[in-house]
Amino acid sequence: MTLQQILFLIFSAITLIAALMVVTRRNLCHAALFMVLSFFGVAGLYVLLEAPFLAGVQVFIYVGGISTLIIFAIVLTRDVVDPTLPPHNRQWIAGALVMALLCSVLIWTVLGYQWTTTTPGQVPADSIARLGTILVDPEGFLLPFEVTSVLLFAVLIGAITIARER
Amino acid sequence: MVYGIPLEWYLIVAAALFCIGGYGVLARRSAVATLMGVELMLNAININLVAFWRYLEPPGTTGQAFALFVYAVAAAEAAVGLALIIAVWRTHNTVVLKDLDMLQG
Amino acid sequence: MHNQSDLLLNLAWLIPLFPFLAFAIIPLGVYRNRKLSHGLVIGAISIAFLLSQIVLWRAVGVWSIEHTLAYESPIIHWLSSGYERFGLGIYIDPPTVVMLFVVPLICMMTFIYSVGYMNFSVQVDPRYSRFFSYLSLFAAGMLGMVIFNNLLAFFICWEILDICSYLLIGFWYEKRPDLDRITPQEAGLKAFIVTKIGDLFFILGLMLLYAEIGSLTYSVIFSHETLEQLTHTPFLGTDMATVIALLLFGGAVGKSAQFPLHVWLPDATQVPTPALALIHAATVVSAGVFLIVRTFPILQVADAGVLAFEGIPFVALIGAFTAIFASVVAVAQNDVKRGLAFSTISQLGYMVAALGIGAYVAGTFHLITHAFFKALLFLSSGSVIHGLEHGHHHAHEHHEEHEKWFDPHDMMNMGGLAKRMPRTYLAFVIGGLALSGFPILTSGFWSRDNILVQAWAGNLIVFWTLAITAGLTGFYTMRQLCLTFAGEPRTGAAQYAPESKPAITTPLLILAAFAVGLGWISIPEQLPVVGGIVPNWFHHFMLSTIAASEHVFDSTPMLIGAGLSLTGLLMGWLVYGYKPLKASEIDRIEAVMRKIRLGWLYRAAANHFYLDSLYQNGVVWAVLKLADLADWFDYGQPQKRESDGQIVLVKRHGVVDGIVHNAGRVGNLVSQAANWIDATLVDGLVNLVGATGRHVSADLDAFDLEIVGGIVNGVGEVKFLGGWIRHIQTGKVQFYLLIASVTVLVLIIGFFAIIFLPI
Repeated sequence: MTLQQILFLIFSAITLIAALMVVTRRNLCHAALFMVLSFFGVAGLYVLLEAPFLAGVQVFIYVGGISTLIIFAIVLTRDVVDPTLPPHNRQWIAGALVMALLCSVLIWTVLGYQWTTTTPGQVPADSIARLGTILVDPEGFLLPFEVTSVLLFAVLIGAITIARER
Repeated sequence: MVYGIPLEWYLIVAAALFCIGGYGVLARRSAVATLMGVELMLNAININLVAFWRYLEPPGTTGQAFALFVYAVAAAEAAVGLALIIAVWRTHNTVVLKDLDMLQG
Repeated sequence: MHNQSDLLLNLAWLIPLFPFLAFAIIPLGVYRNRKLSHGLVIGAISIAFLLSQIVLWRAVGVWSIEHTLAYESPIIHWLSSGYERFGLGIYIDPPTVVMLFVVPLICMMTFIYSVGYMNFSVQVDPRYSRFFSYLSLFAAGMLGMVIFNNLLAFFICWEILDICSYLLIGFWYEKRPDLDRITPQEAGLKAFIVTKIGDLFFILGLMLLYAEIGSLTYSVIFSHETLEQLTHTPFLGTDMATVIALLLFGGAVGKSAQFPLHVWLPDATQVPTPALALIHAATVVSAGVFLIVRTFPILQVADAGVLAFEGIPFVALIGAFTAIFASVVAVAQNDVKRGLAFSTISQLGYMVAALGIGAYVAGTFHLITHAFFKALLFLSSGSVIHGLEHGHHHAHEHHEEHEKWFDPHDMMNMGGLAKRMPRTYLAFVIGGLALSGFPILTSGFWSRDNILVQAWAGNLIVFWTLAITAGLTGFYTMRQLCLTFAGEPRTGAAQYAPESKPAITTPLLILAAFAVGLGWISIPEQLPVVGGIVPNWFHHFMLSTIAASEHVFDSTPMLIGAGLSLTGLLMGWLVYGYKPLKASEIDRIEAVMRKIRLGWLYRAAANHFYLDSLYQNGVVWAVLKLADLADWFDYGQPQKRESDGQIVLVKRHGVVDGIVHNAGRVGNLVSQAANWIDATLVDGLVNLVGATGRHVSADLDAFDLEIVGGIVNGVGEVKFLGGWIRHIQTGKVQFYLLIASVTVLVLIIGFFAIIFLPI
């Protein structure tokens, strides 16, 4: 067992166990915090995959942005529902079955296919610089980049308009 | 095999995370909890993308760039979703999805 | 450079790790278990203390063999962006060793003390564990700042100290003291914001340095070539080195509470006392001075003529002015903690002045001796205050006191405690004597007079300022001692105050031993009789890696300094101790000054020369008004209007809000236009279709009646099916999703079945 394998197991365990907690906790604040923990786990996996920039972006956007948004939403929409009710709804068994089945199918597919025959190469040292370059390269991802900006702008105005006080 | 971790392990983790998120979407009462499930699913997708990038084409950038766009879209979707939840909360005073069945046929 | 990787010195990596782990573990796990929380924290700091002792003595061992000490550990790369990679390593050289000696020891003493302090009252603080985790983070930040090898890590730990300051000062955030006192939350915010102003300068200096040199690692930026490059690069009328040095000094001004950014320190007295001791003596403020010590090479090559005044370099100017300003204010303070706060500001001024005139060794030495005796003074004042609070409860039970607002910090409520709290009294006396620099016996004397000696040969104005401050220091110290401990108790609380428990008094006595003994590591060799017995070890140690010039020893300034401080002590005793103040007698100085019509001067000093009000009414008011303006720009002012006899709030939109509103309106108009087009055009079409249909159906009416009628009747039978299908549309999103997932799953399994099952 190399160090990386152990780290992989630790990070995966953190991610998956935290995710399980997210979907089963009754208290939404706990669920949100476990979600944050899960995001950190994913960031750890990115570091193992030698994508440190994405790990940083993960922490910034998910933990720093989206988790904050969700916590705000939890606070602003305090449930007046009876707190002794279980956290799941009436179709939870069906949902669990379907998802378990889906998971098995996916895992069976993954394990049954020969993804790669050669050992993967090294990540070049300037991979982050390349990423930055290709995002603004007209023959690269410039168009999606600009479209994403427009999308975010639209979302900004849309979200404000939807959630305004009347 | 990078550092002794085969690609399949990452894909399995991603699949598991996706399905856990899916369960969250399908089986939670509160709309905010559903959104949390969606975020988990998007994370799983990203893990998939980055794992494929690392194992199949490390000198390239497509995987990471795709993942970045997924981040942007996830953020956008979370913002709009939460705005909708807040708007619904204002008018109907509940975020329990079971009670939001105004489109019932 | 000791380039081989040295295992024992590399242990330094672990030093900040344990306190940081303690900080992290407590909120995650052991929050409810108080004993475990404080046990964890004390365990962590003890391990850190042991490790730092190992590292320290190993470093000294290395030094005694090689006569130089600048060890850099192997570097790990921790941040990469583009082509840059930041490296993080441990750097051990004399200042590090000195701080490693001081910081863990004082932290450990303070943590043990905190256990006693926080457990004293019957009702234990509900946020007990949180307090200890903050303390632990504080220690981790300070230790990290001391050992890492680059300015970026230094800055990160510096900011950790900032946030801990804020959290600890505002810890008792429910406290609502007198209306004219500041609340803990405000004090915390004030500390944070004022030090941030200093941090702004710091980070500007860092940015300049990085842009110029391309690295922030000590071994790179303090090398000869870099310093040469900095002094020869012109910038803003002077050279780059001067600008960077002044900017970095700005950071120290904020953190070490020099004038004009000293205003946060006195209001930080709201924090529970052991943390206050830490903040003052061992961490935040000495962090600022440590910054100057660390970046001393840049300060050395900076042009001293820039911003100088009458030949005094700017740094020394700020330091000396702060020293004398704060000691004048300290004379007029009645709150014991506030008086000690100003005393700290004054002593820090000493250190900064020393470093400003190039007295590297003297400034650093005073830093470490001050750490000990200030911690001692703060912890013993905490013991006094606790005793007073206990005594107040006691007096209450005996119904001897009215239920008025009782301030246990006010020295006017004390008196006669020497008999009631002997160990605390002893500790306070030793600390006070060290602070005033009682000759020979106390460490304060050796360190402070070292500074005076350097000033005498360097710059006479600075010397006389510091010397007068020495006299004032003696005076206000004796004042505090007499008001607190001498004479008869002035209130019921003082009458019943008990001595504190050993968890509190033991650290006091240990620190007292250091306050006395530490002085002997740096006795100048030329001093007759006493000098030469022990070589001036500290002097050699500190100067081994830095080329600072130290002036030849001269006994005259030493005698002047000793004389002035003894005079101050004597005057203090004469005014306050000879005939101690009785109850409800106002301060004698105040009375005298009122008589000679200078009462306003005393009051001004008591209000620290109104600097606080100036900031509050000037700067803060301006910022708040600016924020209001921005808010108006954004959102507009709601107007009140009368409507049907009721006051109605009508919103008027600000600029930004107006833009959004109008964008929405445009969208609305567009959709209305589309709606109109839809309604008229589509309507017209629909009407046309309807008319045609009517004509056609009128003609085919009879034909339809049979065939279509028959079909319709048949369709009616399907209504039952429709009624059943209708239930699929439940309106519930999750149900739809479930159906969708099931469908997808079925399709996937179907695909695989078709592909893989032999058919």
